[in-house]
Amino acid sequence: MYKIVRKKSLNPTVALMEIEAPLIAKKAEPGQFIIFRAKEDSERVPLTIADFDREKGTVTIIYQIVGGSTMELDTLNEGDSLQDFVGPLGQPSETEGLKKVAVVGGGVGCAIAYPIAKKLSSLGCEVHSVVGFRNKDLVILEDEFKAVSSELRMMTDDGSYGNKGLVTNALEELIKEGNQYDEVIAIGPLIMMKFVCQLTKKYDIKTVVSMNPIMIDGTGMCGGCRLTVGGETKFACVDGPDFDGHLVDFDEAMHRGTMYRDFETHAREASCNLLKQEG
Amino acid sequence: MAIQRNMDPKKCPMPVQDPQVRRNNFNEVALGYTYEMAVNEAKRCLNCKNKPCTTACPVSIDIPAFIERVANEDMEGAYEIISRSSSLPAVCGRVCPQENQCEGKCVRGIKGESVGIGRLERFVADYHREHCTEKPEMPVQNGHKVAIIGAGPSGLTAAGDLAKLGYKVTVYEALHLAGGVLVYGIPEFRLPKIIVQKEIDNLKAIGVDIETNMVIGKVLTVDELFEMGNEAVYIGSGAGLPRFMNIPGESLKGVYSANEYLTRINLMKAYKEGSKTPIKHSKKVAVVGGGNVAMDAARSAKRMGAEEVYIVYRRGMEELPARKEEVEHAEEEGIIFKTLTNPVEVLGNEAGEVCGMKCVEMELGEPDASGRRRPIVKEGSEFVLEVDTMIMSIGTSPNPLIRSTTPGLETNKHGCIVTDGDNGLTSREGVYAGGDAVTGAATVILAMGAGKAAAKAIDEYISGKEK
Repeated sequence: MYKIVRKKSLNPTVALMEIEAPLIAKKAEPGQFIIFRAKEDSERVPLTIADFDREKGTVTIIYQIVGGSTMELDTLNEGDSLQDFVGPLGQPSETEGLKKVAVVGGGVGCAIAYPIAKKLSSLGCEVHSVVGFRNKDLVILEDEFKAVSSELRMMTDDGSYGNKGLVTNALEELIKEGNQYDEVIAIGPLIMMKFVCQLTKKYDIKTVVSMNPIMIDGTGMCGGCRLTVGGETKFACVDGPDFDGHLVDFDEAMHRGTMYRDFETHAREASCNLLKQEG
Repeated sequence: MAIQRNMDPKKCPMPVQDPQVRRNNFNEVALGYTYEMAVNEAKRCLNCKNKPCTTACPVSIDIPAFIERVANEDMEGAYEIISRSSSLPAVCGRVCPQENQCEGKCVRGIKGESVGIGRLERFVADYHREHCTEKPEMPVQNGHKVAIIGAGPSGLTAAGDLAKLGYKVTVYEALHLAGGVLVYGIPEFRLPKIIVQKEIDNLKAIGVDIETNMVIGKVLTVDELFEMGNEAVYIGSGAGLPRFMNIPGESLKGVYSANEYLTRINLMKAYKEGSKTPIKHSKKVAVVGGGNVAMDAARSAKRMGAEEVYIVYRRGMEELPARKEEVEHAEEEGIIFKTLTNPVEVLGNEAGEVCGMKCVEMELGEPDASGRRRPIVKEGSEFVLEVDTMIMSIGTSPNPLIRSTTPGLETNKHGCIVTDGDNGLTSREGVYAGGDAVTGAATVILAMGAGKAAAKAIDEYISGKEK
C-alpha cells in the first residue's frame, strides 16, 4: 500500500497528493508517469509525475477530478493509502543540450509541464513559460513556474487573470519578439497541443508534446495507448509519452480519447450519487 | 493390485455446460470428471513401459504412474507424482494442448481415442485442492537468493522449483496481481481465477515472495537485482506489444488488441456486473487470428452480449493453431468461422467508430518456411463484413523494457532474448530467461517447461559456484 503523506487542493477541481513510494522516487524523471488504483476493483489510471523527492521517498501527483476514478481517488485523505502505485513508466523527457526552451502548459497539463521546466532551469537552460487556464479560479502552480522561468506569460480564456487569450497567442508573441527557442514543450489538452504544433511548424521550431491516451497496463502489453506518429503505430507507454508534436496525428488521438465517453459520464454520475449517499 | 483395464476405445466425455447456456455466462465450460469417471478413465491407460506420453510432456510428468494411482483410487499419491514435475497442475490440466503433447503420443490413440490425460490431471489437482487441508511444507532454506521477473506461468514454475530446493525466491510482477496471462489473458470460463490464486497461495506457503507493481527495467534493473544479493535472475516477462496488421483504419474506435480486450474483461473484471472497467458492448465482432487467444476473445465477446462473432483467419480450419477443444467449444457456442479470409481495411463511420471490415478471400498455395501452406489472395474476391468491433489477435512482439535496460543481454532481430540451448542461459552470467520473452507468443506449458529447465540450471550454477 502506498501512503498519502500530503494532500492539498489546488483549485476547485484539481488536487495534489504526495505519495510514499521510495523506489519510484529514486528513479523518477520528469516526463515519466505512474499508474494508480485508488481502491481494490478500481480502474488503473495513468498520471504523469508532477514532482518527486528522492530523499523523502515520495512522488507527487496532481489530478483533475474528471471521472469516476479520480473522484474515487479524491475520497482518500492524508494518512490513507492507495491500493496500487506503479512506475516510473515511459521515457523521461529529453532535456540534454537545450539552451532556451518555451514550456507551454494548459490547465492541469501544467502539473506535468512544471517538473520539466524545473529540471531545464536547474540544468542552466533559459525557460520561458506560457501557461493557460479557463479562468482565474483554475490557476495552479503560478509561483512554482515563476521560480523556474525567466519569463512567464499567464493566459486565461476569459481574461479574469493575466492576459485574455490562448497560449498560442502568447507563444506567437514571444516568437515574434525575437526569442529563438531550441525547442517548445507543450503539455495540455490535445486540442491545445495540436494548435501549438501548427504554430511552431509555421516557425519551424521543434516541438515535443506529452500524450496521455487511454491505457491499462502501461508496460507495453495491452496496446490501448497506440498513436500514429509519423505514419507509424507507437505505444505511448513504452515509446512515449513524449513525441515529436509535428508528427503526431492529433485528430486520431482525439477520436480515440472519446472511446468511453458515455461510460465515463455514466461512471461520474454513479460516483456522484454514491458520494452523496455517503455524505 | 491388478487393474481391470477399461478397453473402451473412446475417452470418457467431459461433462460440460450446455452451449446455449454457457454462451451467456462466464462460469467454467468444462465441469470436470466425477470420481467414478476419473477412476474409469484411468483404467484405460495401458501403463506402457516406454511412456511415450511422458516424453511428449514439456515438464516430463510421470504420466502412467500418476494415472495408475488414480485407477487405484489413491488420489493424493497421484497428486504427489504430478507435483514433483509441475507447479501448476490444475492450470495445465485445463489449458495444455494435450492433443499435440502427451495425448498425441498415447498408444490408445492409435486404434481409438487417447487416454484423457489432461482431464485426469485436472481431476487430480481439483481433488487435491478440495480435499487436502495440509499446508505445503516450508523447505529448508539454503541461504541463496534468486530473483524472478514476471509472475506468469514461466516465472511461477521457476519460483516453485527453486523454492522447493531451498532458495529464497522473490518474484517481481508488473501488474497489481500475480498470474500473468493466467489472470489477464485466459478467461474465467476456461480457467477460474480462484484456481490460479490457490496455486499462487501454495507457492507463497513454501516461502516464495511475490512483489506486485514492480516493473523491472524501470523501477529496478537486472543489475540492481544482483546488487540486492540475488545470485541469479530469471526473466519470464512474457510476450509484449500486440501486433497489428498495418492496414488502414486500425486506430478507429472499436479496434482492440486481444490483449486489451481480454485484460479489460479478465484482469479488470469487466465481465462482472457493476464493474468500473469500461468496455464496448459490441453487437457484431470480428476477431482476426486463429490461435487460442483468438478463441478466448471471440468466446468472451459472445458472453459479453455480442450477437454475431466471427473468427477471421487467413488459412483453413485445418490450419487453426488453437487447441482443438477450444475450436469445438467456440463452434458449439455459435462463433462463425470465416477461414481463408483476410482483412485489408477497417471501415469507419463519421464518428470514427468501426462499421465494417473489408476482406479478401484466400486460397492455399505451396507450403512456406513453417511447413504450412501459404495463403494467397483470390483475385476480385473483396467483400465487406459488417462489424462494429474488431479484435486483433495475430501475436505479439517482445517487450522492450528489460532488454533496453540490461547491458550485455543479447536479443535477436525480433527482440526476443537469446538463450543458450535448453537451460535458458542468456548472454549474461547468472541471467536466465524463458517463456514468451524468448520464444515469442507460445503456450503456457512451454513457458512452464522453460521455467523448470532454467530452475534446474540456476541451481546447478549456484551450487557449482560454491565448489
